[in-house]
Amino acid sequence: MAKAESRGLSFYYGDFRALKNINMPVHERKVTALIGPSGCGKSTFLRCFNRMHDLYPGNRYEGEIILQPDNANLLARDVDPIEVRMRIGMVFQKPNPFPKTVFENVAYGLRVRGESSRRRIEDKVEGALQDAALWNEVKDRLHQPAYNLSGGQQQRLCIARALATDPELLLFDEPTSALDPIATASIEELMHDLKERVTILIVTHNMQQAARVSDFTAYMYLGDLIEFGVTDELFIKPKMKQTEDYITGRFG
Amino acid sequence: MADLKAQIRSRKRWDAIFALCGLLALMVGILTFAALFVDMALDGAGRLSWEFFTNFPSRRPGEAGILSAWIGSTLVMLTTAFFAVPLGVAAGVYLEEYAAKNWITDVIEINITNLAGVPSIVYGLLALGLFVYQFGLGQSILAAGLTLALLILPVVIVATREAIRSIPQVIREGSYALGATQWQTVRYHILPYSLAGILTGVIIGMARAIGETAPIITIGALTFIAFLPPAPVTSEPPFLSFEWLFSPFTVMPIQMFNWTSRPEAAFQANAAAAGFVLVLMTLAMNGLAIWLRYRLRRNIKW
Repeated sequence: MAKAESRGLSFYYGDFRALKNINMPVHERKVTALIGPSGCGKSTFLRCFNRMHDLYPGNRYEGEIILQPDNANLLARDVDPIEVRMRIGMVFQKPNPFPKTVFENVAYGLRVRGESSRRRIEDKVEGALQDAALWNEVKDRLHQPAYNLSGGQQQRLCIARALATDPELLLFDEPTSALDPIATASIEELMHDLKERVTILIVTHNMQQAARVSDFTAYMYLGDLIEFGVTDELFIKPKMKQTEDYITGRFG
Repeated sequence: MADLKAQIRSRKRWDAIFALCGLLALMVGILTFAALFVDMALDGAGRLSWEFFTNFPSRRPGEAGILSAWIGSTLVMLTTAFFAVPLGVAAGVYLEEYAAKNWITDVIEINITNLAGVPSIVYGLLALGLFVYQFGLGQSILAAGLTLALLILPVVIVATREAIRSIPQVIREGSYALGATQWQTVRYHILPYSLAGILTGVIIGMARAIGETAPIITIGALTFIAFLPPAPVTSEPPFLSFEWLFSPFTVMPIQMFNWTSRPEAAFQANAAAAGFVLVLMTLAMNGLAIWLRYRLRRNIKW
């Protein structure tokens, strides 16, 4: 069952065509990994899903990204990017907590939606922090600045921040590239737990990570989707020569 | 080895020479200011007393004080801040966060930079024509406040923009990714995180405005004024009065200018004392800017 599907998606930075006719599903409650060498367009593709490119001038989409259950085309002109971002959460490459307290970071998405009940906000914040496996570490310092947390904790805080508003799809843009191996392991474990309730699309430059965390993998190269398949199959028996060269380290 | 040491020594000589030149350059500025300040303080010290602050100007130098001047300066500064801060901050936020990056924005940017370099007398002439006569505000505190607000507007705008530019893009993206609108991002992130820089810019602008003489003379501030503007708080409802905005006034630098142009030597001491107070006011404002920046930045790290 596909939660989202990219159909004939091309993306342009000005005149530069960064994505070329991408057709690919993102399966519900699974982890889908995007891999490929630097500049292949995997982050560009990821950022189409929450219309991040709309923040900058000169960007243009072609094609569709269909989100279920309502069969909505996220890229349609009459769809407000704010609506898209309210349904689809994102975690960034470098932990980017706001310079506010731990509590306010997680509550922000709720406040943006106009939630004013202190009770409901507190419940949601606690729930999101628990889901992000951070509650026990921060429950005594909810009202301290978020930057006092370690890098790994900050990234889990950013995950909690995204979870607090119950996203249908969660985008991860190289979420562990700024973290040490132990923090990386905890984020990967967390992703494994999260996929029971949320669909995950992750960009990673680390093939081992893709193999560890994902159910499906897409290999991209120079804006093309070269191969998409079940992770185990793609890593063990890739259909395309290019994919094989990349995952065996002969290229990339 | 000896060669190497000699070679390093000769290269390092330039380090010492440059450090010395730099120090000298620095001292030219600092010592000049210190000498002027000390000289002024010594000349005026005899006149600094409680009465100096509570007396109106007078024909007798021994009784003359700066009451109307420091109150005038304070009220003009309040008016200036009231107009310059919202206008400057809104303009800066708009240019950084909302405006499309095109040639119109570029032209506006260049103009703002140029405005900062326009001589203050030009603002005075503009204000005389526009505020005093066209709008009929007369030679009032309001006209002076508006004039100085115009004068420091570019400073506030530039400071706002620089403070906003130092906010990392990932913070904005983090806010937008949660479904925030532009205004929510500005309200919850951009403004709070740039507040320290904005306040610093505002206070530095005000410190410049408080010493401005030319535009205030141009719009016709009185040089000899022996009454105070109506009090802003009254004993009868609605308890607030804005009549003071339309009152004639004088300010510190004009009072000083007036005294320095008197022939009697005793008035020169008054001028020195007033100058000393004015410099202290400016230093206090700059000190406040540094303290605020320190306080507000303590809680903001990326």
